[in-house]
Amino acid sequence: MPETLGTREVKPPLLGVSGVEVRYGAIQALRGVSLSVGQGDVVALIGANGAGKTSTLRAVSGMLKPTAGTVQLAGQDITGQPAHTLVGKGMAHAPEGRGIFPNLTVLENLELGAYLRSDKAGIAQDLERMYGFFPVLRERQAQLAGTLSGGEQQMLAISRALMSRPKLLLLDEPSLGLAPQVTQTIFRILREVNAQGVSILLVEQNAHLALGLAHWAYVLETGAIVMEGTGQALLASDDVRKAYLGE
Amino acid sequence: MLRTTSTLVVAGAACALASWLFASSQFFALQASLVGVAVILAVSLNLINGITGQFSIGHGGFMGVGAYVGVVTSSLLTQFQLLPGAPQVVSDQLVLLIALATGGLAAGTMGFLVGLPSLRLKGDYLAIVTLGFGEIIRVAIQNTKEIASDELKLVQAQGIGAELAYRVTHLGRATGLSQIPQLTSFGMVWFWVFVVVMVTRRILGSPHGRALLAIREDEVAAEAMGVDTTGYKVRAFAVASFFAGVAGALFAHFQAIITPAQFDFVKSTEIVVFIVAGGLGSTSGAVVSAMALTLLPEVMRSLFGGFNVEQIRKPLFGLLLVVIMLTRPQGLFGTHELWDLGKRKKRPA
Ligand SMILES: Nc1ncnc2c1ncn2[C@@H]1O[C@H](COP(=O)(O)OP(=O)(O)OP(=O)(O)O)[C@@H](O)[C@H]1O
Ligand SMILES: [Mg+2]
Repeated sequence: MPETLGTREVKPPLLGVSGVEVRYGAIQALRGVSLSVGQGDVVALIGANGAGKTSTLRAVSGMLKPTAGTVQLAGQDITGQPAHTLVGKGMAHAPEGRGIFPNLTVLENLELGAYLRSDKAGIAQDLERMYGFFPVLRERQAQLAGTLSGGEQQMLAISRALMSRPKLLLLDEPSLGLAPQVTQTIFRILREVNAQGVSILLVEQNAHLALGLAHWAYVLETGAIVMEGTGQALLASDDVRKAYLGE
Repeated sequence: MLRTTSTLVVAGAACALASWLFASSQFFALQASLVGVAVILAVSLNLINGITGQFSIGHGGFMGVGAYVGVVTSSLLTQFQLLPGAPQVVSDQLVLLIALATGGLAAGTMGFLVGLPSLRLKGDYLAIVTLGFGEIIRVAIQNTKEIASDELKLVQAQGIGAELAYRVTHLGRATGLSQIPQLTSFGMVWFWVFVVVMVTRRILGSPHGRALLAIREDEVAAEAMGVDTTGYKVRAFAVASFFAGVAGALFAHFQAIITPAQFDFVKSTEIVVFIVAGGLGSTSGAVVSAMALTLLPEVMRSLFGGFNVEQIRKPLFGLLLVVIMLTRPQGLFGTHELWDLGKRKKRPA
């Protein structure tokens, strides 16, 4: 059992991951990961390089099939279902490395985020909301996404994921390679998005930022969860400070 | 729908008129037909390789399936009076249309069967599988038997089922099938050019087109947007294979002789060269380059005289591909379209 710091506020469950194992050939990347995200939660997953953070998100979003364990979304079993079928069930995944469509315009990228939706008015409204979050995207809307700066691409990746109006947003290292100021902006928007009712499962190297935002957080080490707790409690923990905050 | 129908009717009438006007020049009609078939092949392969970003090098094989199935169909049907009392031209064209349909559907079904397992995987599996497919088709045909006319007469007496069974097992080995009725006019070919271009444009202008482009750009991200990537890749592949089959059936019915060598790896490569030279992803590029590259050896022959067009084609195309890759790797058109010229530039050159 992982060590638990602080007490968790009880919320209706949205995502439940239980005993998930993932293998890449001979390599076992996840050795029975269990975690949960409640409705309205921001949950952070921190850990060193290669701990299995990305693998966890991939198993949740259906990008790869777990070899054991179950994944539940809003009480429904979704284990091993292909990724494209989960978007309609309220899950959006902004994959590691952003994965924008470089030769399509910013606007086309955003429209693809709403690929499964047909409510024109709602889409237009959400587009405005994204431009409100990140005004630079409006200025660049006719520009090819591949020509955006790294920070702008990350803004686009998050906005595109939000265009599907998800209940649960999966983010893989949104701060990777970005200047502190841009990272601040992005985290400010994530807080706002969460306040508007979107639950977030956040993978981050930048443990400081992630724990500052998260209601609950898990520490992943070589494919297993070793510690969990409130963001504040983990920030205060000596072990976490030593291992992940470089103190 | 009404607009589509009326455009099709107008295009059909224009092609019929052109056929009639130029019918006297056999040379013109043959060249126009060859060019048209090349365009259909290029535009349809571009749907897979250019627009969806997959890599097929077996389009010649699907063309071959269409050609052989089309010929078997027409040779069965021409014995019957399909439209009693109708003029010969009309019933001939009806036979041709049915042959095109069966040839296209057979190739499309093959495309579906070949695509389903190989397109579920990401990576270069499709290239390997389509390469193998083209070879299997060629070898399979080479291992059939030749038609013997006395044998055929006996079989024909036993009814259409027996004749069908005989014909599909007697595809003429490496020497091929000959004396195919020349039912294809170049107007019919260009009517199909029009259809394939229109279908491609329609797909691109729809949400389906967006999905295909997204797959080309980043398959994982497309999947994350809710795009059923496998489903779309397989459907695009089957549609493109259908048109390759139609092109093959058209080809067979003006060339009058088909051999397995006409649909081999060299043919497939030629079609890839068309679309790479035209600019992967650009339908206009595929059209222009298929036309130019089909006529080029012919033009060179008439300028310099003497050599065999087929012999010059291979080294010429090889050289051309090298030159294009060195000087303009994005191809003639990049991903641009002729019909977007007036619009604001959106895509990179
Ligand atoms: N496609 C793959 N094939 C083989 N091994 C893989 C593959 N992807 C990940 N792994 C291995 O699985 C383990 C977990 O990788 P994962 O990408 O989930 O880590 P991570 O926590 O996201 O790391 P990072 O912080 O560097 O992004 C690593 O040991 C990695 O080498
Ligand atoms: Mg990772």
